[in-house]
Amino acid sequence: MKMKKDSNLYIFLYASILVIVVAAALSYTAETLKPIQQQNAKIEKIQNILKSVGIESTVSNAEELFNKYIPQENRIVINSKGEKAQGIEAFNIDQKAENYKTLEKRNLSLYIVKMDDGTTKTIIPLLGVGLWGPIWGYISLDTDNNTIYGAVFDHKGETPGLGAEISQTQFQKQFIGKTIFDGDKFVSITAYKGGKGAAIAAGNTKHGVDAISGGTITSKGLEKMIYDCLEGYQAYLKNK
Amino acid sequence: MSELFSKKNIKLLTDPLNENNPITVQVLGVCSALAVTVKVEPAIVMGISVMVVTAFANLIISLLRNTIPDRIRIIVQLVVVAALVIIVDQILKAFAYDVSKQLSVFVGLIITNCIIMGRLEAFALGNKPWSSFLDGIGNGAGYGIILIIISILREIFGSGTLTLPGLGELRIIPTMFYEFGYKNNGLMILPPMALIVVGLIIWYQRAKNKGLMETK
Repeated sequence: MKMKKDSNLYIFLYASILVIVVAAALSYTAETLKPIQQQNAKIEKIQNILKSVGIESTVSNAEELFNKYIPQENRIVINSKGEKAQGIEAFNIDQKAENYKTLEKRNLSLYIVKMDDGTTKTIIPLLGVGLWGPIWGYISLDTDNNTIYGAVFDHKGETPGLGAEISQTQFQKQFIGKTIFDGDKFVSITAYKGGKGAAIAAGNTKHGVDAISGGTITSKGLEKMIYDCLEGYQAYLKNK
Repeated sequence: MSELFSKKNIKLLTDPLNENNPITVQVLGVCSALAVTVKVEPAIVMGISVMVVTAFANLIISLLRNTIPDRIRIIVQLVVVAALVIIVDQILKAFAYDVSKQLSVFVGLIITNCIIMGRLEAFALGNKPWSSFLDGIGNGAGYGIILIIISILREIFGSGTLTLPGLGELRIIPTMFYEFGYKNNGLMILPPMALIVVGLIIWYQRAKNKGLMETK
């Protein structure tokens, strides 16, 4: 049977076959490469966790360092009352799903790090929304469970030069030394609009940082993320 | 063998490197050339990715050229290019995760790179697979070379370093200079300076190559 190249039937058949072939090729590639990609994402997560307490790692030694500084028993899941939950792997918790739950029902993961100098720090994972998409990060608290020891933020697609600045060390350094409790009250961290020195101008040097000029929505999203994510840990942090 | 690398075929490969360069002569694909050239490593990876996509898109379209219905020609081209780009993106995510994060959306945007559709329409639809493949490699390489030149200039003057695949970040401007008051040129990191560098390359190329100068 000879079909005309410009007949409708030929065009439909051609398009259908092409799409099926392409779809098969794409699903094959995606499926074959998935394990490697997931491993990459896992390593990146570990590197970010370690970075929040100032431990620099490479792709090859990340897992080793993670096991050394944060052994399995120090990856903990708690509830909002501060009680430890059993049988849940802290590293594998789906943060997004937890954020949708009410505070009482959330499984809250945290990591306790034994530093080289013998002190312990607590790392809490964060997840929130920026302007264009999700933002996330890790915040580490000093031994007093109040002072911020380090913070790492990253984003999916914030505007380069504006919102994307949250992933810069320059911005993250501001958080070091700030406290999240004012006496007994949970106040979290506030981002002040107005460029450099805005937090000082607002008179909030203990719990305030300078927001990013031109990145107000991302900065406010970050502020909300820190508040929302730390809120559930209050009982645990105060207890210690 | 002599058939495969005849003078005409070699010309397909080398022409886009200079006299018919997609960026400096045809002025295509400038957008991504500005975006991914802050550091050398992403520029190299981007160049290779585009080369792979142009080469294989040209090859596939050329193989199919006699069967493609004219009315859905562009759609077929787009499907082929999009599929190749997604495959490249997935491979980068698996084997060059860091670079793929730096390139972010620009890998996906290879689809919209005018060089690719341009070569498919202008060359692959009317030529044999082998010459189309070479033409794709040549154009991809022509694009990549310009990207690498821009990124070398931008990284040396913008950050004082060179980031090469496998070697990591090498310091080019000695730290001693900074103590004497040398400062990195911040403008180099921003896209406008990349455009100026492209302009300078075009200027240099035309000054060297009289054949490219427009006559009145």
